[in-house]
Amino acid sequence: MNSIVRPIKTAAETALVEQFTAAKASLPGDKSVRETAFGAVVEGLPHRRVEEWKYTDLRALMKDAKPLAAAPGKAEIEAAKASAPFASVRKPDALLVNGALVELGAMPKGVEAVSLAKAYADNHPLLAKFGEAGAPGDNAAIALNTAFVSDGLLLTVEAGAKIDEPLHLAFVQQGAGHAAYARVLILVEEGASLTVIESHTGKGAHQTNSYVELLAADKTDVTLFKLQNEDLATQHLATLAMKLGAEANLTTANVSRGSALARQQIFVKFEGDNTKASLNGISLSGGNRHLDTTLFVDHASFNCESREQFKQVLDGESRSVFQGKILVRQNAQKTDGRMMMRALMLSEGCEADLKPELEIYADDVQCAHGATCAAIEEDYLFYLMARGIPKKDAEAILIEAFIDDVLETVEDEALRGEIHAVTHDWLQARD
Amino acid sequence: MLSIKNLHARIEENGQEILKGLDLDVPAGQVHAIMGPNGSGKSTLSYVLAGKEDYEVTDGSVTLDGEDLLELGADERAAKGVFLAFQYPLEIPGVGTMTFLKATLNAQRRARGEGELSTPDFMKLVKKNADELEISMEMLKRSLNVGFSGGEKKRNEILQMALLQPKLAILDETDSGLDIDALKVVSEGVNRLRSPDRSFVVITHYQRLLNYIKPDVVHVMSKGRIVRSGGPELALELEANGYAEYVEAA
Ligand SMILES: Nc1ncnc2c1ncn2[C@@H]1O[C@H](COP(=O)(O)OP(=O)(O)OP(=O)(O)O)[C@@H](O)[C@H]1O
Ligand SMILES: [Mg+2]
Repeated sequence: MNSIVRPIKTAAETALVEQFTAAKASLPGDKSVRETAFGAVVEGLPHRRVEEWKYTDLRALMKDAKPLAAAPGKAEIEAAKASAPFASVRKPDALLVNGALVELGAMPKGVEAVSLAKAYADNHPLLAKFGEAGAPGDNAAIALNTAFVSDGLLLTVEAGAKIDEPLHLAFVQQGAGHAAYARVLILVEEGASLTVIESHTGKGAHQTNSYVELLAADKTDVTLFKLQNEDLATQHLATLAMKLGAEANLTTANVSRGSALARQQIFVKFEGDNTKASLNGISLSGGNRHLDTTLFVDHASFNCESREQFKQVLDGESRSVFQGKILVRQNAQKTDGRMMMRALMLSEGCEADLKPELEIYADDVQCAHGATCAAIEEDYLFYLMARGIPKKDAEAILIEAFIDDVLETVEDEALRGEIHAVTHDWLQARD
Repeated sequence: MLSIKNLHARIEENGQEILKGLDLDVPAGQVHAIMGPNGSGKSTLSYVLAGKEDYEVTDGSVTLDGEDLLELGADERAAKGVFLAFQYPLEIPGVGTMTFLKATLNAQRRARGEGELSTPDFMKLVKKNADELEISMEMLKRSLNVGFSGGEKKRNEILQMALLQPKLAILDETDSGLDIDALKVVSEGVNRLRSPDRSFVVITHYQRLLNYIKPDVVHVMSKGRIVRSGGPELALELEANGYAEYVEAA
């Protein structure tokens, strides 16, 4: 008897291999890069016995692989334009429909934008920067993106440029069900500042995969805000990888509200001294949805500070995962890192998996982490209800209070108002 | 107005009976004081009246103007005009005091089929009442009760009462934690609200409060029941003699 059972490929795994085999000849750019990347998943998708995927068993959760999205038609583009969010804050500067960059607005002075499709055609030198932020290329979400991506955006902010208005990158899905890959590289040169809003919306049971890389040089000031508000039937795999120079400032806020299965991966590397990063997130899950945030903070330089604050609200039978690791390398003395993760559980059937980790090799550091899981405080609820506020509304007030301090990290008031609207919408839709 | 008959209530969690056959009638327009030793069940009574779910009523009845209160949820009772000023007002981080005040006022107005207040009208109303209670608008910008002093929290309770204009107000030790001047300000706030169609149940340990808020009836509560009722002079007697007699008797 043979006791070693070779796993049979799942439908999704088989389909991915077929897709790659069929598509690779027509995909642009260096084929060997794609081949190498795909090698990480050719044997199968990561599953629960792979540590980083323990709580998000992609192999079990990904039931099929949708066909690669075709180029969007006129009607789809028009519909996407009409539905892009944040219209009151900033109309899309770059509109990506089903993964294809279909519209690129005039960039402010000091910003250069090139479509990735064009960059592939021209063999643009910036293509060589892909992967420089240091996220692991064999991570399944990254590997799939590298293997299949054909469009996206390359942004360069020239040294010293202070870009006041935020740039809005809108990723909209149209149609019934496809796989859409997109990739963005943001290069911020020394002393420049920039705010980017990334929105992911649309209709249909799609599989989306986005990979955003930020290379921020010394003395830069960057804010990245992302809203994931995709159709509740989508699978959303997203990676944000960032490398920070010296004396830089970074603020990120991720709001995760849509998708049946979403995994947001965030990688930060402190490459220069005296840099500060504030990383924040809110996830709102319900139904049978599964939302994952996986964070890796690499303190590799002297006297850097990181603040990680992530809040999850869970309802129904949903599952929410937050795993965050702070690594402090031996040379990263005077590191100050604080990570806090909190889950608010609104139902009996939901499950929160929180996994904070510190790995410290330097001896002169200040690091802390904390994790809490709790239901709504009954006494608070009673206080509000005793003043005449119905239970549902009282809960909504307390849920908004729970995420309030994360929302406060979004400085732009109009943007904060829009996020309020998203959370409000989620609160209204609760059952 | 309020009529409580043979009320028995126990703590849901451990089944311990706290209210053991309590009778109390508070006619419209009257102020009734309840005094009694620590642990006799005064706060429990106030929670049971307000509809806190930690307690289970096993017997008896509570009606407000003939309507069964025990059937209603806490929010519905509030909309019917029941108000409890908490002995220990909670601090709720992240909930702005103004947001909270507006939510309570509008929730009650909606429940009664009245329209919501506009923001300017609401602001005016709060400002007027806050001024009367010597509460700064600055304080109201903070999270609900967070970082408020003990006395400020109590004033904030009375502010809510003034805004909500309840039919039945239960004040649970609103005087404790107040300095002498604040006691006057708060008492005046209560007295301004006295009217023929509004009743008060004032729980206190100190006769002093009753110099400011003159009660019609004083009750002594011991071991979950009202064991004696009398006029305002009863408070003076208790102040002089303590509760020994009642603790033995009950
Ligand atoms: N939720 C609860 N869990 C456990 N015990 C409780 C609970 N609520 C009340 N008790 C107990 O019931 C008794 C009555 O408490 P209550 O707070 O009603 O007394 P009180 O008369 O208001 O006292 P005080 O004058 O000290 O405010 C006390 O022994 C108290 O410990
Ligand atoms: Mg008490």
